[in-house]
Amino acid sequence: MKHTLTVLVENKPGVLTRIAGLFARRGYNIESLAVGRTENPAISRMTIVVEGDDRVIEQVGKQLYKLIEVIKLTDITNDEHVDREMILIKVNADPAIRGEIMQIVEIFRARIVDIGRNSLIIEATGDEGKINAIESALRPFGIKEVVRTGKIAMARGAKSKNGRNQEAL
Amino acid sequence: MTSLPLKQREKMLHEVSQELHTNEFTGAEILLKALEAEGVKVIFGYPGGAVLPIYDALYKNKNITHILTRHEQGAVHAADGYARSTGKPGVCIATSGPGATNLVTGIANAYMDSIPLVAITGQVALAALGRDSFQEADITGITTPITKYSYLVKDVKDLARVVHEAFHIATTGRPGPVLIDIPKDITTKKASFNYPPELDLQGYRINNVINATQIGKAAQAMLEAKQPLIFVGGGAVASGAAEEVTSLAQMLSFPVTYSLMGKGAFTDNDELCLGMVGMHGTVSANYAMWEADLVIGIGVRFDDRVTGDLSTFAKNATVIHIDIDPAELGKNVYAHIPIAGDVKQVLRELLKVLKAKSVKPDLKPWLEKIAGWKKEFPLRYEKSDRLIKPQFVIQQIYEVTKGEAFICTEVGQHQMWTAQYYALSEPRRFISSGGLGTMGFGLPAAMGVQIAHPDKIVFNIAGDGSIQMNSQEFATIAQNKLPINVAILNNHNLGMVRQWQELFFEERYSHTNMSGQPDFVKLAEAYGLKGLRITRPEDVRPALEEAVASPSCYILDFHVDDTENVFPMVPAGASINNILGR
Repeated sequence: MKHTLTVLVENKPGVLTRIAGLFARRGYNIESLAVGRTENPAISRMTIVVEGDDRVIEQVGKQLYKLIEVIKLTDITNDEHVDREMILIKVNADPAIRGEIMQIVEIFRARIVDIGRNSLIIEATGDEGKINAIESALRPFGIKEVVRTGKIAMARGAKSKNGRNQEAL
Repeated sequence: MTSLPLKQREKMLHEVSQELHTNEFTGAEILLKALEAEGVKVIFGYPGGAVLPIYDALYKNKNITHILTRHEQGAVHAADGYARSTGKPGVCIATSGPGATNLVTGIANAYMDSIPLVAITGQVALAALGRDSFQEADITGITTPITKYSYLVKDVKDLARVVHEAFHIATTGRPGPVLIDIPKDITTKKASFNYPPELDLQGYRINNVINATQIGKAAQAMLEAKQPLIFVGGGAVASGAAEEVTSLAQMLSFPVTYSLMGKGAFTDNDELCLGMVGMHGTVSANYAMWEADLVIGIGVRFDDRVTGDLSTFAKNATVIHIDIDPAELGKNVYAHIPIAGDVKQVLRELLKVLKAKSVKPDLKPWLEKIAGWKKEFPLRYEKSDRLIKPQFVIQQIYEVTKGEAFICTEVGQHQMWTAQYYALSEPRRFISSGGLGTMGFGLPAAMGVQIAHPDKIVFNIAGDGSIQMNSQEFATIAQNKLPINVAILNNHNLGMVRQWQELFFEERYSHTNMSGQPDFVKLAEAYGLKGLRITRPEDVRPALEEAVASPSCYILDFHVDDTENVFPMVPAGASINNILGR
């Protein structure tokens, strides 16, 4: 089963290497990993999607906690949460079929962010299902290039995953 | 005396006043001051370009002894031996590039056995980093998976804090090696020195809270057990919990077995002790593990050399697993009652709860069964009055040293025979590479042990293969006049590999014969040490007595029966009741 882990880490050099190295060395399967600074510039948040049974996920969590830079780790798979991924798709688009593509873009509430002579770049955000859907909807036109960010996620509600209650702030 | 040229004098005065007024020190001085502040008395190392300023500061330093080894691997293993025998962190130092990479095996070795170690490496100057400069190696990158943590110091102002953090991380929680990589120019730049600096480790947590519910459950399971077995490992030694392990076992009359790393945490001389478990463990220990209804794992990680086939391991048992590292709980063997925490603290809590209960389990049938196994399947070998049996040599070493020596080993058959036949009653006396199985570990480790315990008898029990892996360290032994006794169980073969070839590869002895060996007696003499060759059983005892009585280092070359194998043996991956050579 896929699990979504949100991991707060110290924003120090080598953190990503340590985490990626840990996953590689112990044979855990990373589906995606997204990392960026939090509201506190000294701390980064990683959203890691990892595939494994409960026993594997338990080990992943414990091994991650052993890394000195890992401050807090939460498995939000079964919590109420919002998750988003962004995709950039460069798709073949002769002027003749642009209209059709633009309709698809409209339906998915995506955006066209660049126009070339024979191609468009489309930006879309959403959960994994939506991203997969728009990608397959555009495939018949001929996709030239795809970039996906990997999933970022945040638990719903007032409780902050930084271990503090936002009300208290 | 002619006075110094004016310019030079002015320069010196300037330096002195600078130091007086601003209290600033070079990075190299800060490093040494920080080591002193951490209580470091001795470091093992090898100089080179990138660490020249550090060695220059060492030259002037009066408080830290530096032991010059003959290879960086010798330095790291010596620091490791020092740490294992004292419980204090070992410190080693090497230059950048090849100096640093030569530490790698020793760091991995310390990591596998959770030994507190601080490894200091020189690095090329900051401006030269990342340019494939002369003697540049990405040692923090190389050692990431084999260190508890590693630092690349990029500002001299961070150096004192980094050293303080390194010692804190290496020695607390589950101990392990920490590496500090210091670019050359950091060691010459200046900064002020205030110690101890504040730790900046918000993600580093040590579990101090022991779950009382789990303690209660464990105590209950112990009192209800019919066939319990205590299984003790290196974590009990690291935690200093030998006393608590002993109290627990004796209070409840629970039999005890141990992993290689746990040897000495419970005395071999107690009726309750079954000796080592696992691949070359005793039959009684393996049978007890097989039939136990309760296994109490104390500071163990259920390594494959212990468990054999995981799917059948202790399959009838409730498992209580106590370890300071929560990641060990349930990693290999499912723990019904996992308890995360420092072994000593956990055992103290457990003892408190158990003492309050008046009932004690009736274990008579279980203990009788075990006594039966012990009687039926003792450790044994075919005695000979013509050939020297390696097991006989170990027994003689035990008798001559009255079981009180520090015993280091290399890796292989001799290591297993030592674990089997040298009875120990104290922790930190058996110094052996457990997890990584590093040949060449014993000799330099013995140097660290002897330096930490100058008045104690130290043996390195070796094979003729292993001893040649770090034999350059005989020069270090000679230079420092270390009275180490080296017993080579010389079977002219890589015995353990040969044993596997004999048993599992239809006697195809591929590259395990070691012809072309040096004459070890002449080798000893070449280093100015004493050497004896022993070829008859009746000469074993006198040779050992001579070596132990002498303040010189002895290399004892015992020519042993080269067909002798280590038994009992559980084949790799088999269930532990499947024992060869009972």
